[in-house]
Amino acid sequence: MIKVENLTKVFGAKRAVDDVSFEVSKGEVLGFLGPNGAGKSTTMRMITGFIPPTSGKVSVCGFDMAEDPLPGKRRIGYLPEAAPSYQEMTVRSFLNFAAEIRGLRGDERTRAVWRAVETCSLESVINQSIETLSKGFRHRTCFAQAIIHDPEVLVMDEPTDGLDPNQKHEARTLIRRMGESKAIIFSTHILEEVEAVCTRAIIIDRGRIVANGTPDELKARSETGRLDDFFRAITLSDTAGAANSAKEVA
Amino acid sequence: MNSWAVICTITRREIAAYFESPLAYVFLVIYLLLAGVFTFVFGGFFERSEASLGSFFGWMPWLFLFLVPAVGMRLWADERRLGTIELLLTLPVTTAQAILGKFLASWLFLAIALAFTFPVVITVNVLGEPDNGVIACGYLGSLLLAGAYLALSCMTSALARSQVVSFIIAVMLGLILILVGFNPVTDILARWASPAVVEAIAGFSVLTHFDGLQKGVIDTRDVLYFVSLMVFALFTTDVIIRSHRAG
Repeated sequence: MIKVENLTKVFGAKRAVDDVSFEVSKGEVLGFLGPNGAGKSTTMRMITGFIPPTSGKVSVCGFDMAEDPLPGKRRIGYLPEAAPSYQEMTVRSFLNFAAEIRGLRGDERTRAVWRAVETCSLESVINQSIETLSKGFRHRTCFAQAIIHDPEVLVMDEPTDGLDPNQKHEARTLIRRMGESKAIIFSTHILEEVEAVCTRAIIIDRGRIVANGTPDELKARSETGRLDDFFRAITLSDTAGAANSAKEVA
Repeated sequence: MNSWAVICTITRREIAAYFESPLAYVFLVIYLLLAGVFTFVFGGFFERSEASLGSFFGWMPWLFLFLVPAVGMRLWADERRLGTIELLLTLPVTTAQAILGKFLASWLFLAIALAFTFPVVITVNVLGEPDNGVIACGYLGSLLLAGAYLALSCMTSALARSQVVSFIIAVMLGLILILVGFNPVTDILARWASPAVVEAIAGFSVLTHFDGLQKGVIDTRDVLYFVSLMVFALFTTDVIIRSHRAG
């Protein structure tokens, strides 16, 4: 449902994303791993159509995101990094806005908002303005916005960042459950999250994919059988080493 | 969902955002206070002994010069600072729809502010028998003037991440558009330029085009001037936002 082909993004002299290709189909939860500045957010921004790629192609449910972005955007739910939202709005009016702009009206809208509110346990704060909420609630409000139209594709940039351990657990359970019927991509720094939630993981370093496989496959590649050792081994190596391991994986 | 429905949804959200913050009320009070002071004190409303709102509309270009950028400065600068631009532009909306929706909301807000000046219309009608057609025309001119300034503020707001910088650039641009047609300035120009050149330069000024409207003359060229200024500035906003995203 998500198809990324030879995606490249150049900012000035820096190749933030360099020839990245992968696919995510329905029922898959893809974990996007990599050190800070590796190009995870940039890739997600290109998938969701926020920034245009320098070269390469993204299609979502068969729709090209560069040529005809609207049909693709309708099918994507997106949780940007740091979960931005309109601070002065109440949770209810913010979610109403999100539902309305996605074409949901009347009863349909009310049902969609309530479903999202229940899924994200926002009942207690629904009439509070977002700026008065704690970080966890703010995060969940933005997450609710992403799932309000029950999208086929869900893209989340660090969805568990800033949540407490209980909330992290809930978020993981939720992602796993939704992954059964959707195509999901999410980025994270937490490696155990990948083992707990993902059906597949991609490790990206300096804009390039350096590993792509199921969590078990990736673990098997490390001498110690641990995912974080494998992650360190391939993202700490010098440029030549990174290029070699990329070839190996490919 | 059609284009208009999307634009209306954005407009409704923006208008609500204005009234949910104290900014809107502060703005309304300051605007009405200043409009009153300028009309009655500096404009010499009573001393003129005319049943007209010339002293009221005459100050509009100067009043809007500072107040409209204050309304428009947050439009895009805030979206970028808070990161909500990423949310807005990954929703199924085009950049043009988002720009238009936000612009219309602020314009509507300025129209509301303008509508609240109705007591001067009542005052002048109680005291004398003004030509209410001229007054309606003056309001139309003020609305167009506000729209033109607002579109410029929208553009500078997309340009700068900081609201203050956006405000200052918008005031500067607005000031240039006033001064090229401001009599003291055109008099200086007339010393070394031919009248045709001076007139051509003054043709770019908001004053030149506002003047006819506030006197009750609806000239298509004046209306076209304001409309094309808006279209130009909003189109430029679109280009700026796209180029930001392209990196």
